[in-house]
Amino acid sequence: MKYIDEFQDPALARRLLDDIHATVTRPWALMEVCGGQTHTIIRHGIDQLLPEQVELIHGPGCPVCVTPLEVIDKALEIASRPDVIFCSFGDMLRVPGTGRDLFQVRSEGGDVRVVYSPLDALRVAQDNPQRQVVFFGIGFETTAPPNAMTVHQAKKLGIRNFSLLVSHVRVPPAIEAIMKSPSCRVQGFLAAGHVCSVMGVGEYPELAERHRVPVVVTGFEPLDILEGVRRAVRQLERGEHTVENAYARAVRPEGNPAALAMLEDVFEVTDRAWRGIGVIPDSGWRLSARYRDFDAEHRFSVSGIDTREPAECRSGEVLQGLLKPHECEAFGTLCTPRSPLGATMVSSEGACAAYYLYRRLELGTAPAAATTPLEASPVV
Amino acid sequence: MGHGGGGALSAELVQHLFAPAFGGDVLAQMGDSAAVRLGGVRLAFSTDSYVVRPLFFPGGCIGDLAVNGTVNDLAMSGARAAYLSCGFILEEGVGMPVVARVAEAMGAAARAAGAEIATGDTKVVEAGHGDGVYINTAGIGIIPDGVDLRPQRVVPGDVVIVSGGIGLHGVAIMSVREGLEFGVDVESDCAALGGLVQSMLAVTPDLHVLRDPTRGGLAASLNEIAAASGTGVVIHERSVPVPEAVANACAILGLDPLYVANEGKLVAFVPREHAEAVLDAMRAHPLGRDAAVVGEAVEAHPGLVVARTALGGTRVVDLPIGEQLPRIC
Repeated sequence: MKYIDEFQDPALARRLLDDIHATVTRPWALMEVCGGQTHTIIRHGIDQLLPEQVELIHGPGCPVCVTPLEVIDKALEIASRPDVIFCSFGDMLRVPGTGRDLFQVRSEGGDVRVVYSPLDALRVAQDNPQRQVVFFGIGFETTAPPNAMTVHQAKKLGIRNFSLLVSHVRVPPAIEAIMKSPSCRVQGFLAAGHVCSVMGVGEYPELAERHRVPVVVTGFEPLDILEGVRRAVRQLERGEHTVENAYARAVRPEGNPAALAMLEDVFEVTDRAWRGIGVIPDSGWRLSARYRDFDAEHRFSVSGIDTREPAECRSGEVLQGLLKPHECEAFGTLCTPRSPLGATMVSSEGACAAYYLYRRLELGTAPAAATTPLEASPVV
Repeated sequence: MGHGGGGALSAELVQHLFAPAFGGDVLAQMGDSAAVRLGGVRLAFSTDSYVVRPLFFPGGCIGDLAVNGTVNDLAMSGARAAYLSCGFILEEGVGMPVVARVAEAMGAAARAAGAEIATGDTKVVEAGHGDGVYINTAGIGIIPDGVDLRPQRVVPGDVVIVSGGIGLHGVAIMSVREGLEFGVDVESDCAALGGLVQSMLAVTPDLHVLRDPTRGGLAASLNEIAAASGTGVVIHERSVPVPEAVANACAILGLDPLYVANEGKLVAFVPREHAEAVLDAMRAHPLGRDAAVVGEAVEAHPGLVVARTALGGTRVVDLPIGEQLPRIC
């Protein structure tokens, strides 16, 4: 962990920035795929330090943001049941469904618990055999293997009161969908390093070749981001489009074989809807037939939910890199982290939240001191 | 739950519900403690309630927390705590040995702070209606002549000093409550700050404002001061002392140390000409050994706290909405 400081070294950052400034001769648009990278870029002010010609476009890589509204509504419905203990990672609790969130379900008496690992949820199930325990299994290739392992473990131990509400998504099909969009401006990708640490880099050469875009596998610390940008810009300036691994300390080309085997065993690829974007073919996972008993959607009847996305929310365009958060009319007025219209404003990795939290000085939106009257608040 | 987190929701609750209902000029000061004049003497008066879980944690327990918390609220007015009250709400079934350990810790903490627990009350609620032990403490102390600590006194140019490494209490609680381990043991920094404050005031009574950044962390305290003073605040991220264990825990959980709770730290806004002497005095005190200048008050962006990042960028440090939530990946 002492490496954290080393990857934020100002002198090294300056050298990378100088190199980027010296390399760039014309405008380039790069997309960082992962919300964690977006967060680092905005939190450390990296976008302010890059040459004007290098535009960073924020991609769809926030798992909280892209979880479809109907899945959130299903989670709210299941979590409201008196016989259910609903377990989730913390950052899903504030994501708005249609009209409410998991915090509100908890304040209304639902047993909603924050856990730090799906295995914690399995332990809750073992400790409460008379109740149904549901874990909210969302996320990219990074969180899918531990969730798969938990279901595998539940089956092995014969635990009958545990299930997974699954909404796992896969990154490469999303990149493909973005590149196919007629309005796409992206000329290079900073691929998400932690996704590649699981999956390897095998899915990217074909993508890079087909769309003639450089793909640089990039980590999450400030120096990682700068190195990723430096390599992508160098390729673009030279007219190249290869896959480079700038995160070799964590990513092996073949990925993590044990995690891949677990995914293969428990999940199968399926079409998946992305919030604000729509259905992307082959972009998700669901539990395979052998594990269907552990699928919360099968175990609980969650049909007939009236799902309504706020009409003013343009998070879909933000997620596709078509719109910067502050270019949305609702940004900072109708839509704030306090009363978000969409998940991009509430997730800690969401691009709208990052702009609202860190960039309000430049964007000229209202300062933090302004609080809202209590009548507009949910229950205490 | 967010309304008790010390962030924007807590501020709204106080500002829009309690303050209009209670009225009064003293409450309108909105300090950690109220400064009142009674019989020609300036008193600091404060109360706080403690609902921490678990009751015992590395570096302390709910008992010394309840004493030190109120002692510190008084200290932020420049007062040394003199008398404390103590209200227990016990849950039916909690063991007497537990209550005894808590009470002993309270007594020891009060003695160490030079205060006396002068009055108290005990109530018992049915099993299932409490978390074992809840404690409310209130306290009074005398504010020395010439001392006037309040955010309205902050002016651009004031130097912002933090008394030591931040985030230890919040991470210590997380490590036991959530069963998380961060490679090294983290102990709460729970401590009474009255002595440290007195040693600062001995250098100059002209400190402008003090805050102990408890729930909501340093970010919340700085935002409160910026909002109440109408000045901007700039902090230099690399100057903020963050213990390695706190940095590691926050990196794992996706939390920002600026928002993590402290129970034995203070932040001071000091006139520039006194800053160095105050810093020296703090470093000479055991609770201020790692004191550091972290920023300054500025004319630009009134009401807003801005961090200069290690790389040279800037970001807004907002008031947290409620509790921070660990992220998914």
